Amino acid sequence: MATLNSKIPEGPLAEKWKNFNAHQNLVNPANKRKLDIIVVGTGLAGAAAAASLGELGFIVKNFCIQDSPRRAHSIAAQGGINAAKNYPNDGDSVYRLFYDTVKGGDYRAREANVYRLAEVSNSIIDQCVAQGVPFAREYGGLLDNRSFGGALVSRTFYARGQTGQQLLLGAYGALSKEVHKGSVKMYTRREMLDLVIVDGRARGIITRNTVTGEIERHSAHTVVIATGGYGNVFFLSTNAMNSNGSSAWQCYKKGAAFANPCFVQIHPTCIPVHGDFQSKLTLMSESLRNDGRIWVPKNKEDARKIQKGELKPTEIAEENRDYYLERRYPAFGNLVPRDVASRAAKERCDAGHGVGNTGLAVYLDFKDAINRLGRDVIEARYGNLFQMYEKIVDDNPYETPMMIYPAIHYTMGGIWVDYELETTIPGLFAGGEANFSDHGANRLGASALMQGLADGYFVLPYTVQNYLADQINVPRFSTDLPEFEEAEKAVKDKLDKLINNKGSKSVDSFHKRLGHIMWDNVGMARNKEGLEKAIKEIKALREEYWKDVDVPGSLEGVNVELEKAVRVADFLELGELMARDALHRKESSGGHFREEYQTPEGEALRNDKDFMYVAAWEYNGDGEPILNKEPLNYEDIEVKTRNYKEAKS
Amino acid sequence: MDLTLKIWRQAGPTVKGKFEQYSISGISTDSSFLEMMDVLNEELIGKGEEPVAFDHDCREGICGMCSLYINGRPHGPDGGITTCQLHMRKFKDGETITIEPWRAKPFPVIKDLIIDRSALDAIIQSGGYISVNTGGVPDANAIPIAREDAELAMDAAACIGCGACVAACKNASAMLFVSAKVSQFALLPQGKTEAKDRVRTMVAKMDELGFGNCTNTYACEVECPKEIKVTNIARMNRHFLGAKVSG
Amino acid sequence: MGNKRFQSSLTKKFVMAFMGLFLITFLFVHLGINLLVLLPDKDYFNLAAHFMSTNPVIKVFEVVLFGGFIIHIIYGLILQIQNWMARPDRYKIEGWSHKSPFSKFMIHTAAIIFIFLAIHLGDFYFRAKFGAIGDVLINGEHYHDMAALVMAKFLSLGYVVGYILAFVILGFHLHHGFQSAFQSIGLNSKTYTPFINGLSTIISIILSLGFIVIPLVIYFGS
Repeated sequence: MATLNSKIPEGPLAEKWKNFNAHQNLVNPANKRKLDIIVVGTGLAGAAAAASLGELGFIVKNFCIQDSPRRAHSIAAQGGINAAKNYPNDGDSVYRLFYDTVKGGDYRAREANVYRLAEVSNSIIDQCVAQGVPFAREYGGLLDNRSFGGALVSRTFYARGQTGQQLLLGAYGALSKEVHKGSVKMYTRREMLDLVIVDGRARGIITRNTVTGEIERHSAHTVVIATGGYGNVFFLSTNAMNSNGSSAWQCYKKGAAFANPCFVQIHPTCIPVHGDFQSKLTLMSESLRNDGRIWVPKNKEDARKIQKGELKPTEIAEENRDYYLERRYPAFGNLVPRDVASRAAKERCDAGHGVGNTGLAVYLDFKDAINRLGRDVIEARYGNLFQMYEKIVDDNPYETPMMIYPAIHYTMGGIWVDYELETTIPGLFAGGEANFSDHGANRLGASALMQGLADGYFVLPYTVQNYLADQINVPRFSTDLPEFEEAEKAVKDKLDKLINNKGSKSVDSFHKRLGHIMWDNVGMARNKEGLEKAIKEIKALREEYWKDVDVPGSLEGVNVELEKAVRVADFLELGELMARDALHRKESSGGHFREEYQTPEGEALRNDKDFMYVAAWEYNGDGEPILNKEPLNYEDIEVKTRNYKEAKS
Repeated sequence: MDLTLKIWRQAGPTVKGKFEQYSISGISTDSSFLEMMDVLNEELIGKGEEPVAFDHDCREGICGMCSLYINGRPHGPDGGITTCQLHMRKFKDGETITIEPWRAKPFPVIKDLIIDRSALDAIIQSGGYISVNTGGVPDANAIPIAREDAELAMDAAACIGCGACVAACKNASAMLFVSAKVSQFALLPQGKTEAKDRVRTMVAKMDELGFGNCTNTYACEVECPKEIKVTNIARMNRHFLGAKVSG
Repeated sequence: MGNKRFQSSLTKKFVMAFMGLFLITFLFVHLGINLLVLLPDKDYFNLAAHFMSTNPVIKVFEVVLFGGFIIHIIYGLILQIQNWMARPDRYKIEGWSHKSPFSKFMIHTAAIIFIFLAIHLGDFYFRAKFGAIGDVLINGEHYHDMAALVMAKFLSLGYVVGYILAFVILGFHLHHGFQSAFQSIGLNSKTYTPFINGLSTIISIILSLGFIVIPLVIYFGS
C-alpha cells in the first residue's frame, strides 16, 4: 500500500508557501542546462509550466496532441479567472478567496494547497497583463471585475466571453518565446501512450506520432503531466473531442494514485442533446441564469404534447408552469450552485415533465426579463449567446424560451499529488485539471483557469526544481535502456491487438454505450444499486470491446480511429474506477450525489465523520484497486453545511 | 436530408489526391456539419472502407482546429462561424457538397482533409509575443490602458489561428493572421517596447514561409470566423513603414 | 522558399502603392491636355503637345514617369508570380469572397492596359519623337500637327472601340488601385476610409469617362 505523504510545510497556513520557498533546494544556472524536463500537455498548466521552466534554463520537451499548442481545451473557458486583488474595494482578501474555494468544494480539498492557490492568484493577473492579455477594463483604464457564483465579492477578471482563450494565448506566447530561444522543444501531434519508470523514478514517456504513426521514446530527468480532465468518459460532455484521460491513466497503471475519481462537475446550462448522432455538448454561459427563469410544464400531459411537437411553450399558461428552482429554493431561486440546479433539472425530467423532443430539457425563459428590461438590454447582455443558441438550435430565444439541460463539464478528481504537485511516483508531477486539485468535491466558476495557471507559472517551476536539485549528477538518459524497450513493446502490442482485432463494431459505438452507462448510473444522481450495475456492465462492455472492436486502417500514418481506440480502452477502465469510488463514498458532497444520502428536502447530506478524506486509488493489476486515504484536517476554517434555501449559506 | 458529397481523399503528403463521391441519406437538419461527417465515417467503417480524416477538436468554435473548404468557402456557407458551428440546415436536400482541404503552399496536406498549419506557429514563434518572463512584473493596474485600446486589442486577439484567412485569400496570404497579433500588441503599452522588431521579424518569417502577398481583396475579412477586420492589416502596414523609416 | 531574397512583401506593396498614386496624377495631366483637342481651335492642343515634348522640366519628369511605369509593372509581376506560387494546387471550386471585386483581376486588367500602352506609345509618342508628322504653322512657327494625327486615328471605328475598351479596363484597375494604395501604406480608418473609397470610384469614373469622351466626340462629330 502506498504511503500518502502530503508534504505540507511547517508553520501557520499563511507562512507555509513562503517557508517552502525559503528552504527549498535550487539548481545553479549552469546545471539547469544539464537537466531535461518532459511536460505533457499545452493547456494553461502545461504551457505555463513549460515556458517558465524553460525561462529558468532547463531543457524542456513539450508535447501536445493537437497541431498547435494553442488548441488545448483551456481555450474554451468562457467566464473568467478569480484573483484576490480586491481592486473593487469590496472586502476581498487571500483568506476570503481561500475560504470560498474550500467551502465551494464542500470541504473535500487540502487546506494548504487552496491557501497557496489564493496566495498566488494575484501574481497570475500581473503576469497575464504583462504578457498583453487584453482583460476587460473600465473607462478609467483600470481592470474590470465581475461577480461569479459562490462568492460575495467581485473578483473575476475576464476578457469578454473568451477568458480561457486569452489566457491560453498568453501562455502560448510565453511558450513560443522559449521555443524561439531554444529552451523548449515542441512535439505537436504526439499522443503519450506510456510512462517510463527507471529505478523507481519517472524518466520518460512513449509517444505515438499521429502523423507518421511512429512510436517514439523520450527521456528526461522528470515528467510533468498536464493533460486535463477525463470528462469524455461520458462520451457527451462539454470537453473537446480529443480530450482524454489516457495520459493520467497510464500514470495510474504505472503506480500513481488516482484521487477522488467520482468528483465530476455537471454544468446546468448546456444545449440539450438532440439526437443519436450528436458528438458534443455546448455550454451556454452560466450568466444566463441571472435573468432567465427556469421552468417545466406543471402537467405531464402538456410536457408530452411539447415533446411530440403538438404544443408550443408559449402556449402554456402562466399557472401551468412550474418554476421549480424558485419553488424549491426561494432564497437563491434560479441562482443556486451548479450541482443543485443540475440535479433539480434531472429530477423534473425523470418525473416526466421534461421538454424538447427527447424529454430531456427544461426551459430557460427570458420573457419576464425582456418585459421588465426591454429587448435592448437583454441583447446587450446576452446577444452573442442568443446568437450562438440560434445558430445551433434554429430557435429564436427572444421569442421562445431556450432549452437547456445539464452536461458533464469538469472533473475535480485526478492524479493524487502532494503539496509539491508530485504524484506517488517520484519525479512524476501533475498540474491543472489532471491532478485531483484544489477544488475538492465541486469547483467554483472562474477557478479552473486560476488553478491551471497557478500550477504552471508559480508552483511547478519551484517544486520541480526542488526535486531536480539532487539530480544534477545524473547524466541524460539513453532511450535504449531496457525500461524504454519494454514500455515501447507493451504499447506496440496493445496497438497491434487493436488494429488486428477486426471486430464488427466501431470505437464510437462502444464509447457511446459506455457514455450511457456512466450518465445513467454515475451521473448527476447515484445510488448503490446503479453503481454496482454500472461496474458489472462496464466490465462486460470492456470484455466485448477487446473481442469485437473494429479499428480500420493501419499502424502507419494518420489513423484517427486508432487514436480513439486507445482512449476508449482506457475510458473503459477509468469509468469502472469512477463507479467504484462513487460506490465507496457513502455520502453526498459537491458533484457527488448519492440518493441514499440526502436530507428529507432532497439536499446533499455530507458525512464528515467518515468521509473527510481524499480517496486515492492504487492500481493493483487484475485485482481490485487499493484504497488509500489522506485525511483532511481543517485548522483554519470552520466546517459548515451548505444551504441555499435561506438568504446566506 | 439526402446529400451527395465530393470529398478530397489523399493518402499522404506525397501521394496524389483525388475527389471521391459519397451518397449519404437520413441526415438531420439539426446536426452539425462535422456530425454529418461523423455519420459518413461510421458508415464507411461499417463498409470496411477507410474513414475520411479531418481535423476538429472543441466543436464550439474556439480552438481553431477545424478547417474544411466547403463549396468554395472556408468554414462553409455561413458567416462568422467555424466549420464545427455550421449546421446542415444551411444546405438543401439533395445538394452536392464539395469538401476540400485548405490549399496553400505553407499548408501541405497531411491526409485527406487534414493540413499542416505549423507555419502559423512558426510566425508566432518568430516574435508574436511580449518577452516577459514569469515573475517580477509590475502590478496589473500599474499601467492604465484606455478602454478603447483594450477593446481594439481584444478584437484582434480574438483570432483563433485557424488559417481561414489564408484559405480564403486568392494569394494564400497570411496578412490578417499576422496583423491581428501585431495589432494586439501594438495597441497595448506592454507591447510597444518590442513593436518595431516584432513587426519586422514576423513579416520576414511570413514571407520566408511562402505565403502570398496581400492584394487588399479582403476575402479574409469576409471569411474570418471571428470577423477580424482588415484595419489590422493597415495598422501593421503603418507600423512596418514606421519601423523601416525610423530604422 | 518564399520571397525573402528580395525586399519584404510589405515594402513591395508600398512601392506599388506609391507608384500607382503617382501614375494616377500623371493620368490627370494627360487627360487635361487631351481634352484640349476637342476645342475648335486645335492650336491649343498642338502647343500643349509641343510644350510637353520640349520643356526641360517635363523631360526630366518623363524619365521619372517611365521609371514609375516600369517599377509598377515589374513589382506587380513579381508580387503576382509569388501569389500564384503560394497556392500551387488550386481549389476545385474557387472562392468568390471579396470586398473589392476588381482586386481579383488586377493582373488581367494590367495586361490589357500594357498592350494598349504599347500600341498607344507607338501610335503617338514615338511618332511624335521620331516619326513623320505633318506640320502646322502657329504664330509663324512650325509645330507638329498632333491634333490632325489624333483626329485621323479616331475616325476608325475599330480604333475607337479598342480605345474605349482599354479605358473601361483602366477604370476597373483604378477602382481597386486607388483605395487599395491607402490600405497598403497603412491608412485605413473609420473616419476617412469611406471617403477614400468614394473618391476611388469617382476618380476611376472621371478618368475612364474623360478619356472615352474624346474619341466618341471626334468619331460622331465628323
